[in-house]
Amino acid sequence: MVNMEVELGALKMRTPVATASGTFGYGYEYADLIDYSKLGAVTAKGVRMEAWPGNPMPRHCEVEGGLVNAIGLQGQGVKHFLERDMFLYSRVVKDPVPVIVNIWGQSEEEYAEVAAAVSAAAHPLIGALEMNVSCPNVKAGGHTFGQDPKVLESVVAKVRAATKLPLIVKLAPNVPSIVPYIRACENGGADALSLINTIPAMVIDIERRVPVLANRSGGLSGRAIHPAAVKLVYDAHRATKLPILAMGGVYEAKDAIEFMLAGATAVAIGTATFSAPDTAAKVCDGIAAYCERHGFAAAKELTGAICES
Amino acid sequence: MKHDEKAEVLENREFAAGYRYLVVSAPRQAAEMQPGQFVHVRVPTLERSALRRPFSVFNAGDGKVTVLYKTVGRGTEALSKVKAGEFVNMEGPLGKGFPLSCKGTAFLVGGGFGVAPLYFLARRLPKSILFVGGRTKDDLLALDRFAEIGVEARIATNDGSAGEKGFVTGPLDAAINEFRAKGEEFELFTCGPDGLLRAVTERALELKVPGWISVDRHMICGMGACFACIQKTVRGNSRCCIEGPVFKAEELVW
Repeated sequence: MVNMEVELGALKMRTPVATASGTFGYGYEYADLIDYSKLGAVTAKGVRMEAWPGNPMPRHCEVEGGLVNAIGLQGQGVKHFLERDMFLYSRVVKDPVPVIVNIWGQSEEEYAEVAAAVSAAAHPLIGALEMNVSCPNVKAGGHTFGQDPKVLESVVAKVRAATKLPLIVKLAPNVPSIVPYIRACENGGADALSLINTIPAMVIDIERRVPVLANRSGGLSGRAIHPAAVKLVYDAHRATKLPILAMGGVYEAKDAIEFMLAGATAVAIGTATFSAPDTAAKVCDGIAAYCERHGFAAAKELTGAICES
Repeated sequence: MKHDEKAEVLENREFAAGYRYLVVSAPRQAAEMQPGQFVHVRVPTLERSALRRPFSVFNAGDGKVTVLYKTVGRGTEALSKVKAGEFVNMEGPLGKGFPLSCKGTAFLVGGGFGVAPLYFLARRLPKSILFVGGRTKDDLLALDRFAEIGVEARIATNDGSAGEKGFVTGPLDAAINEFRAKGEEFELFTCGPDGLLRAVTERALELKVPGWISVDRHMICGMGACFACIQKTVRGNSRCCIEGPVFKAEELVW
């Protein structure tokens, strides 16, 4: 039996497989179709202090190899999340795993406020915070804080001061080098990194000569971004001791194993869940089978186990 | 409860130019499906990263689920090539359907393939009339199936090739006046293009009769997880896949 347990900083996961924010609602919507015993954590959709309407329709477009979306972080605010969604998660899911709460704000102060509110709830199923500083789909918030290392360090430090929960920072892929952003996270007091968020993208309807998305552009996810994500995880792992939660085009176990060999401690399934809700379970089983085949006693031994001369 | 069944295709037959019935074996969904609910189908020949396609259910029972679909894009194009004996992954039952009781006569107002869930509903309600419109008679779908179950159809086409010339609101308004003059009760149920949904919504609100509006939006997950399929309602931006697709007329904001 392969030991599948991993630790993402102080977050203990029973398997190295999580779900990615924005693709798994608040953790319970897929409950009928998901084997939670194969999951190590679920990540809830981004929350801020107040309700937020998100972007106009259309919000997505399928492309070969993935999906471009500009949902725009629609949500009911942190109070609703804590009282209603966490309640439903604990009621609906029979074998629950820790929830990673994805948070965002329109100011550094709001990030800290949301973090404080989630911490104060002291919900036993809330396992960590994931700061979204990299959403390409909202103007004020998200991306703004992830594109300047000084601003990033400041907002991470403010959130760090507001919570004792394990703190993960989800970074943007579209930077010349990830290293200054990783330093900013380390200096600000982050416990782990999430890599990668979607890649800014656009689709044009050539007959009508208009952008397909009402937001004009969005974020690309899915199979197409996987090799780009592997490179960033690899670069990040070489630059830091912070554990990495990797996401970006995981459809099969081999995609997850690549991430782990490149340096990820755990992986998250995102867009693949939409077409096959059993992806996470199959990925988990596939990692275990790979470990057996290659003589690894524990999944955590895969982290950074790429062979290089 | 939602299921994801590996469903054997029993039939995938073109019954009018560009329109098909897909019949699959999906016993768990067939047993639980309600009119107005939908299924989410993974087309086996599309690449792994392709999204599922949502379809209204035309009929369900005896272990089988039937959808009526139009070949409009690469997903339905690929689906049209799937043969009997092959399998598709299908999630369902999804979403909130129509109510299964109706005071008086159910006025079923359909446009295009919007008649699909209305047929399933007509099978479950004691008394209904179908109001259906299209550009020409070729746009009128499944009239034979409605006739088989004894549902009267009142028709309008833009070119007058079948029924009266004009929009479906013509025969609908005539029936509304007829029923009101006689003091008979009715409720409105609709599925079709947005213009039709708005017209039926307006009538339901004006007449203060129950109106049940099935809204069709592009979807990603079909489960309420992704927030892609939004319709404005009195609550804000609502997800068609779990708060709908059937909304009450008074909930909708157009």
